[in-house]
Amino acid sequence: MLWTAAVAVPALGAGVFRQLLRTSLLLSLPLALSALIVNVFFYPGGSTPFLRIGPIVGTVEGLRFALEILARILAISGAITLFYLTTRPSDLVVDLERRGVSARLAFVANASVQTVPAMVERAAAIAMAQRARGLDTEGSLWRRIRGLVPIVAPVILGSIGEVEERTLALEARGFTRPGRRTLLWTPLDSRWQRAARWGLVLAIPVLVVARSTGLLG
Amino acid sequence: MLVLRSVSYRYAGSPRPSLSEIDLEVGDGEVLGIVGANEAGKSTLCLVASGLAPRAIRGTLTGSVLVDGEDVSSWPMYRLVERVGIGFQNPATQLSGVSRTVYDEVAFGLMNLGVPREVLIERTANALAAMRIDDLAARDPNRLSGGQMQLVAIAGLLAMQPRHIVLDEPTAQLDPAGTQLVSDALVALAAQGISILVAEHKTDLIARICQRSVCLEAGRIALDGPTPTIMADPRLAELGVAEPSLVRLRRLARQAGVPPERIPDLAG
Repeated sequence: MLWTAAVAVPALGAGVFRQLLRTSLLLSLPLALSALIVNVFFYPGGSTPFLRIGPIVGTVEGLRFALEILARILAISGAITLFYLTTRPSDLVVDLERRGVSARLAFVANASVQTVPAMVERAAAIAMAQRARGLDTEGSLWRRIRGLVPIVAPVILGSIGEVEERTLALEARGFTRPGRRTLLWTPLDSRWQRAARWGLVLAIPVLVVARSTGLLG
Repeated sequence: MLVLRSVSYRYAGSPRPSLSEIDLEVGDGEVLGIVGANEAGKSTLCLVASGLAPRAIRGTLTGSVLVDGEDVSSWPMYRLVERVGIGFQNPATQLSGVSRTVYDEVAFGLMNLGVPREVLIERTANALAAMRIDDLAARDPNRLSGGQMQLVAIAGLLAMQPRHIVLDEPTAQLDPAGTQLVSDALVALAAQGISILVAEHKTDLIARICQRSVCLEAGRIALDGPTPTIMADPRLAELGVAEPSLVRLRRLARQAGVPPERIPDLAG
């Protein structure tokens, strides 16, 4: 119910429902699978068997508990995915800075997100260069793992090597100046968005009360 | 005018200075070329002239750096950047890494300085126009060619309106087309009265755009004079600097008996 209200409906409204479903299921699959297996077969309070595989018995109580856990995992991964699909990192960072978060903290947060594609590109280029020099990245699992080291090490060392020049370039552009920066633009913040935010804030005490009084089961 | 008076610089932990007794002047509208073998001190000279050393790089500086007649030793970096801009050789690491568009990237320095938004917009537009990259304004800066990235980085410096620009091998990672873009841009900036100090291995570029050149050897000035004279100096090769193509062509032509008047020289 919570997932439908807090994740599915907004995702449908934003037109990202299909993407959200695929991404959040993929995200939660490993955790969900392990939670399902552990709880169905090893739930301590389980007494009603419904499935038997050799000496291991699956119980109804375990299944019920596993479904509850799955719902929570789906709600968490759905909320994270919805946030990721509907919010540009730069919008988030600019808005945080507008609300008083330090420019350095905002820069670190933004740079961390923006660095990922650059690192992936660098890793791909290094992988090609290493393959051209005879590195074997195919075959058995062990070979693949061994092949990772000559790729990961240059990616990390190269990135560290660039830090100094990047730091100097930031210094040369007045990044260390104390005080507030000028912000070039402000993310759109419609009446609906503001209403939704207040709605979420108000929902917190309501849900806490509903949960503690047993209204949510 | 950017002036270095008896400047010596030793990096923290280094047994010997990387620069010794450097005296230099870069006049308004002048392009001064710095050449020298690897480890001759070119990059250190750029860092000292721009103020990054010793502010951002630990070391001991003696002598003085004067910007428009003022001793700037007590200025913090964020104040100095409005007078002296510096660019490095790797265009990719000069980008902030957080800008979505070239426009945002060029405006990045002004945003840091807290310049009012109206002024920021005007200066960013002017810097884009000065580097003739207005058409790139909406592009992702991380998806540009090396030459274009370097122009964006220089535009970012220009937006801060420094009267002096220091460039450490700005074309080192660029192809001939990118090198041409940058060299044309530097000539145009000098014509506007900006003084430029450029360290380069590419002596063809130095020969094309610099009125005066200095050759460093082990942190000291070995040669200093008008570019055509310095580039034609036979000691240049001994100092580990490749002669420009035109000088080489003249030398080879002379050896082959071709009359020297048939080969143009660097001065004209």
